[in-house]
Amino acid sequence: MDEPTAVVHKLDPNKWIDNYSDYLFNYAIVRVNNHDLAKDLVQETFFAGLKSAKNFEGKSTERTWLISILKRKIIDHYRKINSKKGQAEVRMNFYADGDNEGSWLEERVPQSWDNEAEKQIENKELHSQIEECIDHLPEKYAMVFRMKTIQEFDTEDICKELDITPSNLWVIIHRARTQLRKCLEENWFNN
Amino acid sequence: MFKKVEISCDEATTICDKNQYGEATLLDKIKLSIHFLRCKICSLYSKQNTFLTKVYSKKARTDQTHKATLCMSDEEKEKIRKEFEKHSA
Repeated sequence: MDEPTAVVHKLDPNKWIDNYSDYLFNYAIVRVNNHDLAKDLVQETFFAGLKSAKNFEGKSTERTWLISILKRKIIDHYRKINSKKGQAEVRMNFYADGDNEGSWLEERVPQSWDNEAEKQIENKELHSQIEECIDHLPEKYAMVFRMKTIQEFDTEDICKELDITPSNLWVIIHRARTQLRKCLEENWFNN
Repeated sequence: MFKKVEISCDEATTICDKNQYGEATLLDKIKLSIHFLRCKICSLYSKQNTFLTKVYSKKARTDQTHKATLCMSDEEKEKIRKEFEKHSA
């Protein structure tokens, strides 16, 4: 429904840093979980905004417009880490072909854990170990796992934000979780 | 008929992971239960997975309380401001 007196928003780049840097930074850091990277993305967003300010039609608020630029930057970042050649691939846990296709690789079969206990759930050192294990994942897996499990985003939102399909997402989550389980088994539970 | 519900360990653990977020379908869960009947390894994976989900969720709660206070330092903002002024000049 068009209102005859629709507000036309204007840009005021001189105030962007004061008004939006915290907001944009927060938006970025919960997605990329890296202070410097989030800061760079915010900076790039301001520069890109300045460059395309003449295309701003005033239909959305300044903030919404800047966020849409930041979203683009985050997708670009995700595509970059997704296509990075030679990055440490996540280790295989299952036979990829042959008669045993889809069965556990012998050396990756889950072992029982010595010290799995309810009281461990709040253990700060276990939480740090988890953090370390997530950091050992390829960046793409770490990013999607964090968004889904630590930030608790909806599947639909993550797919939209990173431009991936749900089945894509579940493959990534599955690989991340099996890898993390193994890392925690070796460094915590059966250490 | 039974062939259709038979799945590999890779598929079973994928469903199991999906189920940690409450997003496995009913058919998925049936396939999973049937797989568990004949696979001790995946049953163990599932049990440990449930435990890990609790830890991850606890960690998420703790992290979010900390994250709320995260922002850029004044120096960092000042640096961006200087760069920005160069760009807008």
